[in-house]
Amino acid sequence: MNRVYLDYNATTPVEPEVLDAMLPYFSGEFGNASSIHTFGQKARAAVETAREQVAALIGARPQEIFFTSGGTESDNHAIFGIVGSSANGPKSRPHVITSFVEHEAVLNACQALEKQGVDVTYLHVDQDGLIDLEDLRGAIRQETVLITIMHANNELGTVQPLEEIGRIAKEADVYFHTDAVQSAGKIPIDVNPFQLDLLSLSGHKLYAPKGIGALYVRGGTRLKQLLYGGHHQRGMRPGTENVAGIVGLGKAAEIARQSLAHDSKRLSALRDQLEHGMLHRVPHSRINGARAPRTPNTANLVFPGVEGEALLIALDLKGLACSTGAACSSGAVEPSHVLTAIGLPAEEARASLRFSLGRHTTQADIDFALQVVPAAVAQLRQLSPTYQKEAAARR
Amino acid sequence: MNAGTQFDALPERAETQRGLVAVAMSGGVDSSTVAALLQQQGRAVVGLTMQLWNQRRLPELQGDGPAQHRCCSLDDVYDAKAVARHLNFPHYVVNFEEQFESRVVRPFVDQYLAGRTPIACTNCNTDVKFEPLLRMARQIGAERLATGHYARIRENGETGRWELLRACDDSKDQSYFLWGLTQEQLSRSEFPLGELTKDEVRALARRVNLPVAEKPDSMELCFVPNGNYVQFIHAYSSERGKPLKDGEGEIVNEDGEIIGRHNGVHNFTIGQRKGLGFAAGKPLYVLSIDPQNNRVVVGEDDALRRQTFEVDGANWVSIAPPTAAFRATVKIRHKHEPAPALVEPLGETHARITFDAPQRAITPGQAAVFYDADDSGEGKNSRILAGAWIR
Repeated sequence: MNRVYLDYNATTPVEPEVLDAMLPYFSGEFGNASSIHTFGQKARAAVETAREQVAALIGARPQEIFFTSGGTESDNHAIFGIVGSSANGPKSRPHVITSFVEHEAVLNACQALEKQGVDVTYLHVDQDGLIDLEDLRGAIRQETVLITIMHANNELGTVQPLEEIGRIAKEADVYFHTDAVQSAGKIPIDVNPFQLDLLSLSGHKLYAPKGIGALYVRGGTRLKQLLYGGHHQRGMRPGTENVAGIVGLGKAAEIARQSLAHDSKRLSALRDQLEHGMLHRVPHSRINGARAPRTPNTANLVFPGVEGEALLIALDLKGLACSTGAACSSGAVEPSHVLTAIGLPAEEARASLRFSLGRHTTQADIDFALQVVPAAVAQLRQLSPTYQKEAAARR
Repeated sequence: MNAGTQFDALPERAETQRGLVAVAMSGGVDSSTVAALLQQQGRAVVGLTMQLWNQRRLPELQGDGPAQHRCCSLDDVYDAKAVARHLNFPHYVVNFEEQFESRVVRPFVDQYLAGRTPIACTNCNTDVKFEPLLRMARQIGAERLATGHYARIRENGETGRWELLRACDDSKDQSYFLWGLTQEQLSRSEFPLGELTKDEVRALARRVNLPVAEKPDSMELCFVPNGNYVQFIHAYSSERGKPLKDGEGEIVNEDGEIIGRHNGVHNFTIGQRKGLGFAAGKPLYVLSIDPQNNRVVVGEDDALRRQTFEVDGANWVSIAPPTAAFRATVKIRHKHEPAPALVEPLGETHARITFDAPQRAITPGQAAVFYDADDSGEGKNSRILAGAWIR
């Protein structure tokens, strides 16, 4: 069966050039980057090149980049690390500000902090998923040690105003972290104009492999370590470096930096075409988060009268991969906290589907989606008692 | 893989054999074998596993460690997925937690608190498996839904009705829990195990090397940990913000004399003996439950036997709603040996039943299921004519 993948926000394929760059480091150049001998030095050189490549993608200095196991570890390290280093200072009952639309890696870390006696403010978002800067200003207290607001939302693609948030954080002398897992490589990021102190990256959203990520930590930031071990990465993140993964992330960052402008232009044209096509072909469909600035690759649509879960499965059986909400550990679909936060009623949140495009998405893929989705929606609506009732009422 | 003759011996149904069929997979041996059987018949199979209840809910009911070996536990989901991988067909987990709570769990608790003894499995079949799950199966392009129930379905060419029959394996028969199915639901359902015995099913599972071939059968109510439903009702009521109060009710004898106190009517079911002691050397049983006055009436075994009772919410399965009284064999709980009776319709969904001989513990909230009378010529109690709730 011909399969079309429109779920790049979930994960991306490793780019062939990335794979080529990584391959020597599995067995040929297998050295431990901490070893003094030539084997080790070759591995070290590869790791440091990758650090430069990742730093260049976000306007950071190489020594401010720490490699991690992925976005979740980076988020946890940033949040627990900042709160942990402030706990003994004057801010002994620290306060953290975040939002209701963060990724679980941030939300659940904050909930864990609450159980430890840390205060957390969760900012509401408007109907397009953006926080209100006045709310943010109002939430800052004497005890506030960290503002953690994501760059781009994984479900909607909504891009938060990081530059303004950074200015507010700086004025209040509060550390500022962003989860940039969904924005890196899709839209420009520069830690300096955004006045970011910490930033999380994930390899596998960026055409690098799963299991590698990075945390940017601005020089001078007081950050407690999460893991204890050897002296790797200046003791901040011990553990023998995942050299092949790091090389892959570096190469992927370099490619992303070079192709970002081109990719973004091409993908936003395809995305717009997908959205307009759906709106035109599927009666009563709407775009979630349409009025906010968005990443160029993400389209989140409501198809009222449809169970998104059934639509997802029906489409998968026809060869189209997309996504709805977040999967729980059993693999069943859970109601999306993001769609709930933008004020969608439960039945519309359940009727929403995310299509996320990527570097390998073609015009033919979009044509395929525009062919199978409207037909599948019509089929589902035919069998939906509530939709049929509403349709009868409209007549 | 040659599965041998038993696969070949299965009856072929004439219509839409070649379309996609969805299999409701619990991760157990029965539904897994259904998937294997259908695949052997050349059918295109898609597996669906329902996520019905979050086992991490009501943490006070959990022992140490993760919930295991219960329905909806992750282990069962993984088992279903392992079977789908083994047989190489698509499989999805679908979330029906909301429907399960509103149509099964909440009514289950409410019925107990109203002094009745509910059957959650019947509601789950009628209102979840063969309703939203069947609808989802059709929405994703499947013509029919197959399950691991031990029962049989056939189309009666003369009456034009879909008929529900007992399983061939009497010891596994689950038709008692399926009387709520409508004609539409029956026409889109398949029970491939209806002709087989449990031993045959296990043998088939072993023959195709299903990873769950040796998995023990599940016996308990899937959402109640350790089978302790009283504890569950307490925990669920507290979560709803209506915690149950203790030690208020009276236990009375048939003359209305108070002979003890109880902790809530949900602790009791008709015919129960446990915890009631003796009177004049004879054991006492629950005769009736009066939720309005929070009272449990007890008495001796003889007083438990009744001949006549009424039912409502009837669903006519293998026959059209009758207008005249008819003879049937009636079963009043899962473990009851069906007994001959006269059924008098009192309206389309309401009836009076009179057993030929008094029966023990006719319990409100349980179902009365009417089978063909012995002399119908259909074989022993084969068709389910109808079912209804005991008032």
